Amino acid sequence: MSDFRYAVNVLPKPGILDPQGRAVELSLPHLHVTNVSMVRIGRRAELTVTAESEAEARAVVDGLAKELLSNPLIEAYTIELLVPQP
Amino acid sequence: MRIGVVTFPGSNSDVDSLNALAVAGVEPVSLWHESPDLKGVSAVILPGGFAYGDYIRAGVIARFSPVMGGVKEFAATGGLVLGICNGFQVLAEAGLVPGALLRNRSLRFAGRLVNIKPDRLDSPFTRSATGAPMRVPVAHGEGCYYADEAMLDELEANGQVLFRYVHEDGTLALDPDEPANPNGSLRAIAGVCNSAGNVAGLMPHPERMSEVILGTDGGMQVIRSLIESAGEWEAGR
Repeated sequence: MSDFRYAVNVLPKPGILDPQGRAVELSLPHLHVTNVSMVRIGRRAELTVTAESEAEARAVVDGLAKELLSNPLIEAYTIELLVPQP
Repeated sequence: MRIGVVTFPGSNSDVDSLNALAVAGVEPVSLWHESPDLKGVSAVILPGGFAYGDYIRAGVIARFSPVMGGVKEFAATGGLVLGICNGFQVLAEAGLVPGALLRNRSLRFAGRLVNIKPDRLDSPFTRSATGAPMRVPVAHGEGCYYADEAMLDELEANGQVLFRYVHEDGTLALDPDEPANPNGSLRAIAGVCNSAGNVAGLMPHPERMSEVILGTDGGMQVIRSLIESAGEWEAGR
């Protein structure tokens, strides 16, 4: 058995209103930033899975991402395998 | 008749719901989130609050609690389930009612009185309603009803929209940025039901308008509808 560490990044799907992203955009002029647009705010979860193989571990993460960490109706997710620091 | 109200860790309108049932003259039954046993009740209310702190997304962690196994089975046999506010969010996350509740468009928590109107008066949850606008409180940060355009059309065609936000004169609050629509809900939708019609959710709190001393008892239109329908369902079992 090995430990595999992942990050799951969840973002609102394109076309879904993201009021947090919009609020950040509205704050940009206060920071005198004029060349930033299309801000989307999501969430990130990091987790460790103990499994026989990376494929088995990834299947667990994928299930969690679909069922719990994101709502497929409104959010999309990506999974990153994190490489441990030596 | 006995009607159950689920308490999740973080529920805060469970007592209001139990009280509204008692005011209506039925026996309120407390149900605990850790048990799938619904104690033989004739209908279930999932109350408002912040179940499991609303972590990740409102309602999603509650969706996996043992009681929801019992609620799902109960709903599958035609039992009536009403989700109010956080209870609506739990039902949406569980896929028992269609759509999703997004962060309020204003990014502000909406805690005030609004007007809603039933879309139809022949549903199990609106049959005792007058059809006039009801003044009820909202208290939520994530109540912006969302479904894609095709699903919204389907819900309307199937009569699955049960309540909409309206102005005092009863006209629909369709502009998502107007105050009469407290959260930016698409097509001013405040409440929907599943395709079978026995599971419904709404964001406003009818149970908090259950006695005249609270302002009005207008919310009892929804509670009484539920009780009458549960009685019929029980008799037909």
